[in-house]
Amino acid sequence: MKVGLFIPCYIDQFYPHVGMAVVRVLERLGVEVDYPEAQTCCGQPMANTGCADTAKPLAEKFLSVFEPYEYVVGPSGSCVAMVRHHYDELLHGRSGFDELKAKTFEFCEFLTDVLKLERIEGAFPHRVGVHQSCHGLRELRLGSSSEMNVPPFNKTRILLEGLRGISFSELSRADECCGFGGTFAVAEEAVSCMMGLDRIHDHEQAGTEVLTAGDMSCLMHLEGLLRRQKKSMRVMHVAEILDAAAGEAP
Amino acid sequence: MEHASLAADFVKNDERAHWHDRSLWFVRSKRDKCAHALPEWELLRETASQIKLHLMSQLDRYLEEFERNATRLGAVVHWASDAAEHNQIVHDILLSHGVRKVVKSKSMLTEECHLNPFLERHGIEVIDTDLGERIVQLRDEGPSHIVMPAIHLKKEEIGELFHEHLGTEAGATDPQYLTEAARQHLREKFLGADAGLTGVNFAVAETGGIVVCTNEGNADLGTSLPRLHIACMGIEKLIPRAADLGVFLRLLARSATGQPITTYSSHFHGPREGGELHIVLVDNGRTDLLGSDEFRRSLNCIRCGACMNTCPVYRRSGGHSYEATVPGPIGSILAPARDAGHYHSLPFACSLCGSCTDVCPVKIDLHHQLLTWRKELALRKLVPWRKRVAMKLAAGVLKRTWLYALAGRFGRAMLRWMPRFLIYHRGNPWGKQRELPPAPKRAFRQLYRQERKRRGQS
Amino acid sequence: MASREHILSAIRKRLPESQPAPSLEQAWTTYADPTQQFADVLHGVGGLCVRCRNLGEVRAHLASVPEFSQGTRICSAVPGISLGNVILEKIDDPHDLADVDYAVLPGEFAVAENAAVWVDGSRVSHQAIYFIAQHVALVVPAAEVVHNLHQAYARLSFPDSGYGVFISGPSKTADIEQSLVIGAHGARSQIVYLVDEMSAN
Repeated sequence: MKVGLFIPCYIDQFYPHVGMAVVRVLERLGVEVDYPEAQTCCGQPMANTGCADTAKPLAEKFLSVFEPYEYVVGPSGSCVAMVRHHYDELLHGRSGFDELKAKTFEFCEFLTDVLKLERIEGAFPHRVGVHQSCHGLRELRLGSSSEMNVPPFNKTRILLEGLRGISFSELSRADECCGFGGTFAVAEEAVSCMMGLDRIHDHEQAGTEVLTAGDMSCLMHLEGLLRRQKKSMRVMHVAEILDAAAGEAP
Repeated sequence: MEHASLAADFVKNDERAHWHDRSLWFVRSKRDKCAHALPEWELLRETASQIKLHLMSQLDRYLEEFERNATRLGAVVHWASDAAEHNQIVHDILLSHGVRKVVKSKSMLTEECHLNPFLERHGIEVIDTDLGERIVQLRDEGPSHIVMPAIHLKKEEIGELFHEHLGTEAGATDPQYLTEAARQHLREKFLGADAGLTGVNFAVAETGGIVVCTNEGNADLGTSLPRLHIACMGIEKLIPRAADLGVFLRLLARSATGQPITTYSSHFHGPREGGELHIVLVDNGRTDLLGSDEFRRSLNCIRCGACMNTCPVYRRSGGHSYEATVPGPIGSILAPARDAGHYHSLPFACSLCGSCTDVCPVKIDLHHQLLTWRKELALRKLVPWRKRVAMKLAAGVLKRTWLYALAGRFGRAMLRWMPRFLIYHRGNPWGKQRELPPAPKRAFRQLYRQERKRRGQS
Repeated sequence: MASREHILSAIRKRLPESQPAPSLEQAWTTYADPTQQFADVLHGVGGLCVRCRNLGEVRAHLASVPEFSQGTRICSAVPGISLGNVILEKIDDPHDLADVDYAVLPGEFAVAENAAVWVDGSRVSHQAIYFIAQHVALVVPAAEVVHNLHQAYARLSFPDSGYGVFISGPSKTADIEQSLVIGAHGARSQIVYLVDEMSAN
């Protein structure tokens, strides 16, 4: 099984250790990983600003870069949702596009749905707060959203639940948006930051030591607020937790 | 004004913005309890959506059927292409009956058409009888929410308002006391009214009847005392069969306020004995939405307000920051359809979290429609040029891997070496309350290459 | 009428692809004890459900209700319960009902899922009485409790009554800071009597 690693641009630039954690976790699970260096950005910032024509060449580039792989896996629900749900109008009818949509997975859902993992070995003796990134939750349906009356499930949390020593903080608002929202974070700076701080307060009252998510972009925003306020809460991508936990394995 | 700056003003009063957020979250929580208590909730949503889509696909036929049946029952059906015609029709009916005083129950359509100021200009007294609407009417402002029009006000402000207008005790803030004062004040208005005006929640093609839902009983009092009842509705309020009401009434109040049903769900089939019933069917841009594959579903809307209650942006920016009759997610779709130039900032007043889509009882894909609006606005060059140019420039870099990698190295180096004041300044909204992400020496692609090399050697 | 044609032709030009109407025949929620469910939900929305064997028991219970016993203007429109001093049929103008303190009125059937009672306006001379009276009691045959709104609409046939309304609890508002206040414009209190035998005893 050959996986083409999709490392979103901002992770490539700002959070390389998250990408490396993904590589290590996948390789430990016996997956053959390859990172095609020609990749840059999926085009989501342009598409979400309404500039579809600007996003199009990036979508085309993405398609050609990842065409050779059996699977495409990325540690970002939002970017994977872009490929799976919003490339349609940009790449409709292109050869290989339907296959691309079907073979592109968010990191956690690749582990649960393709590798069919139910638990991962390791220990992470910390109180973890899981931030449900909106696009992972409501676009990719990586979990049940609090609005809907469906049987509860959560693909991110189920992977963490098997770690020894881990405990979870329970939030008063289970899956409210952190306020990142791409360019929203700067265009609506005031509301965006208020949303982020509200999430942080919710995690604080719930006793979160380590704040995690499947989407580094939400965490970039929340970490920015935490660091400015000099708070001690740590921010880790799910892949980083799984990677660190494996290091603790007996 | 742009939504972002009005929202920033709202957020400045942190205590109040949080109070507003909590009030609405409380309503959302009540809604959740109702939705989770009903095993068939998702089936109801799907069924409601399908009924509306079915209706849209035969809207002409159903409107004619409705008109035929309503007329047979003795109602008079009017058609208005736009707000001006709607207002004129209502005014003409009132004039021909010598009406001076009208009591009105909640109708977002008449808000949309700005009926009140129109009638007042013609010397007719219009009294909004829904408590929340009466409050904002006395304040001479629009509603900030379609179900809870005065949700932006504190009881102290309402106490002061009532003291001034209704003569309540100075400093009184008890909701029970203030509501009682409004009850007495509005009783007089009900008893003195020459006509009752209502909105319409649902109109049934099969029977020619209309259904109006209230908790206060104001629509019923307002129509059972005066002989003249005028009901105003957008053409999308139609449903095919009476049995469909079973679906919609189960969803409406649960979604809106977390009640199992509104206190009064009143079914009017023709005028009452000795009375007159006029029904005004209004287009005002709705047929344009019908013709759009992208936005048609927004006509499903039953005006429950659930998308507002759940919207993290609405809760923190207040209804008035949208400057539209209908605020929040659904309003941000409807308003630009009416005037894209004026409302261009609304589809961007959204983090695309999708909570509105999941909460919507008629399954409008709200956040996708907002995204589609952004595209539409970009096509019409209504997205600020700075945003468009920035995106073009970024895409120009991102298209070329070598340029992207180079720009990344350069950018990160700058972030590491530049003095703080050159990074954190007024031109950097990210950095106003947030630190920028760390700027590591090596990007992932470099680390990955090193790692592979090391492994290759070992 | 120009607008009528204008709107209809605009619609015809824009009609989307035909979509079938969905089936409403589903396994909608029913309750083990619909009467109890009705009573519980009614309590939750600020009303009171009282089970009576006959109309005599209704009268007896009413006598214990302060709003009723202290009322000065009282009317009943329930056949078999003649009480009070306001006779609806003898009133010409509904405005004259403004000072009614308590009204005992007929309801056709009750809905368990949401505590709604279907009221048929044609059963009384002035439908205003349901809303203008300060307090209202609805008298409903105990056998007439349906599980949910789908069953409710299945038994209604429009336009048999020109005016009909589902009433669920007393009038209420929460327009001031989300504080629930009972008694907005309509009834300040509501009792629903579910009666086994609609006879005096």
